[in-house]
Amino acid sequence: MSKSDRPEKGIASPSRRNLLKAGLAAGGLAATAGFARAAEPDPYNLPPNVADWSRYLGVGVDNAPYGMPSEHESEVVRRSVEWLTASRESSINFTPLHDLDGIITPNGLCFERHHGGVAEMNPTDYRLMINGLVDKPLIFTLEDLKRFPRENRIYFLECAANSGMEWRGAQLNGCQFTHGMVHCVMYTGVPLKYILEEAGLKTNAKWIMPEGGDAAGMNRSVPIEKALDDCMVAFKMNGEALRPEQGYPARLVVPGWEGNMWVKWLRRIEVGDQPWHAREETSKYTDLLANGKARRFTWVMDTKSVITNPSPQAPITHGKGQTVLTGLAWSGNGRITRVDVTLDGGKNWHQARIDGPSLPKALHRFYFEFDWDGSDLLLQSRAYDETGYVQPTKDELRAVRGENSIYHNNGIQTWHVMADGGVENVEIS
Amino acid sequence: MSKFLKVLTVAAGVSLVAGAAGAGKLGLGTEATPEQIAGWDIDVRPDGQGLPEGRGTVAEGEVVFAEQCAICHGDFAEGAGRWPVLAGGWDTLKSQNPVKTIGSYWPYLSTVYDYIYRAMPFGNAQSLTPDQTYAIVAYLLYMNDVVTDDEFELSKENFTSIRMPNEDGFIDDGRPDTPLVSEVQPCMTDCKEEVKITKRARIIDVTPEDDGETAGINVD
Repeated sequence: MSKSDRPEKGIASPSRRNLLKAGLAAGGLAATAGFARAAEPDPYNLPPNVADWSRYLGVGVDNAPYGMPSEHESEVVRRSVEWLTASRESSINFTPLHDLDGIITPNGLCFERHHGGVAEMNPTDYRLMINGLVDKPLIFTLEDLKRFPRENRIYFLECAANSGMEWRGAQLNGCQFTHGMVHCVMYTGVPLKYILEEAGLKTNAKWIMPEGGDAAGMNRSVPIEKALDDCMVAFKMNGEALRPEQGYPARLVVPGWEGNMWVKWLRRIEVGDQPWHAREETSKYTDLLANGKARRFTWVMDTKSVITNPSPQAPITHGKGQTVLTGLAWSGNGRITRVDVTLDGGKNWHQARIDGPSLPKALHRFYFEFDWDGSDLLLQSRAYDETGYVQPTKDELRAVRGENSIYHNNGIQTWHVMADGGVENVEIS
Repeated sequence: MSKFLKVLTVAAGVSLVAGAAGAGKLGLGTEATPEQIAGWDIDVRPDGQGLPEGRGTVAEGEVVFAEQCAICHGDFAEGAGRWPVLAGGWDTLKSQNPVKTIGSYWPYLSTVYDYIYRAMPFGNAQSLTPDQTYAIVAYLLYMNDVVTDDEFELSKENFTSIRMPNEDGFIDDGRPDTPLVSEVQPCMTDCKEEVKITKRARIIDVTPEDDGETAGINVD
């Protein structure tokens, strides 16, 4: 092909968006948010032709002082379910788990849960107050916090209500919506015990009450044993400052425990001799059982896993043959030791391969490669942790807790892969 | 210096840093004054710790509630639109649709005061006076039939004498409540004869789409 045969720049294929719509209308694959089908390739970019990007200079440095993802990744975004909440300021969005790999969540994709919108704090006016049962009540600036010895720790954060919409049955088509209230980043911060010891704990100090500086004044009760064990006050995530929606400039980290306790925009910690029974640990974040009694102080996030690909937003587009199944597993009690997967709805199970770091209270990435024969599949994953906990089925959870619990649904998820590669959220016998 | 001594020196340096941190008293932070603490120390506990001086009647609360709260929660705390219902819900906790109100679910009255003062009205938090807050709480007690006298006045003095109907409705975390691996030894091969699909998300059809809104049911 000579140069004169090349098309004018700009005569490109139709937009990806239009292709996507056409694909959805024509195909039988589930029409679900975040489902992306590969656009048709442009033959002018394929061998033996030489693409424009191989001929002409690209943009130079400083084009993007803060780098952003490729424009071709524009569908990799957090999404919300508008009908879940009455307002946008007290609401939730979800991590696009089906578009991610490894164990670290990029900062801009970490799900958000606010109760009074994102507080816009400036770091100069940030203050953390420690009061209550301490020898000397103290106020720290952000600069003060950065003078304590620091630690770096990778932890998952899961909202207690993750998968809460699925208690009564399969409801949402997409692991972003069924499991996307989880993220995992590396925090840099100060062990909370150093800060508490600086103020000096009285002997009757049994609980702390972290409180947010946002318009919800989020407050929770945390037992002193946990506070002195592995809690941190973090000011960095994945190496850079916390994002505003994740509590900039400083948040509490409560490893393995429900996300609501990880108070963002942390402004105060009161030390006391008994719990506060705040709204978020009585009216909310308590687990109502079938007999009308409710469990409270249900802090730990139990062992859980989900297959992220294939899933409703990430169907199989390549047809039968070599196929990669992957997913995430995590436990609030420690490391994941094993993940099993089934392709036939639990008739036969196979041990998946965990790859990448295996850290306590962090996401684990698992893979299972197989030769798909093009027939219907019923996919499930089942995780185990180092305490001997096995991820239960949803029916096992319902048998002991009923269907009104909302929180702490860590039951096994089922995806139905259809012959055309489309995937739907189902439950099975 | 021998290799052994070098290792010792390095180890000692590390332990010095760790020791300093563990011992506390790094000289960081400044002492909080009583005035500073008073401005931020807004929490209230079930035993009454944190309650400010103040008082308010049911009738006063009705007026404040109508002005500050009713647009979201309804004139009678019955809830407007999607916003929380604050009253009623008796005998629903075992049902398919539990209505978790202050009267039917909340175990302690202090939680009502604490939450209203710190977070309400939505969008104008920490703007109510203690008297207004006591009055709203008194009105909510009346709407929930916890008090039946419309001349009832709630104050710091009588606050902890009020007990909520569902105080005994809460129990400790019972987990793990499913079998551990030592108890079940999960099956790996030929575990089931037959598998059937019993539930499908697409029947409910509430998954949002990028180009449109989807109406659905709220689980909370």
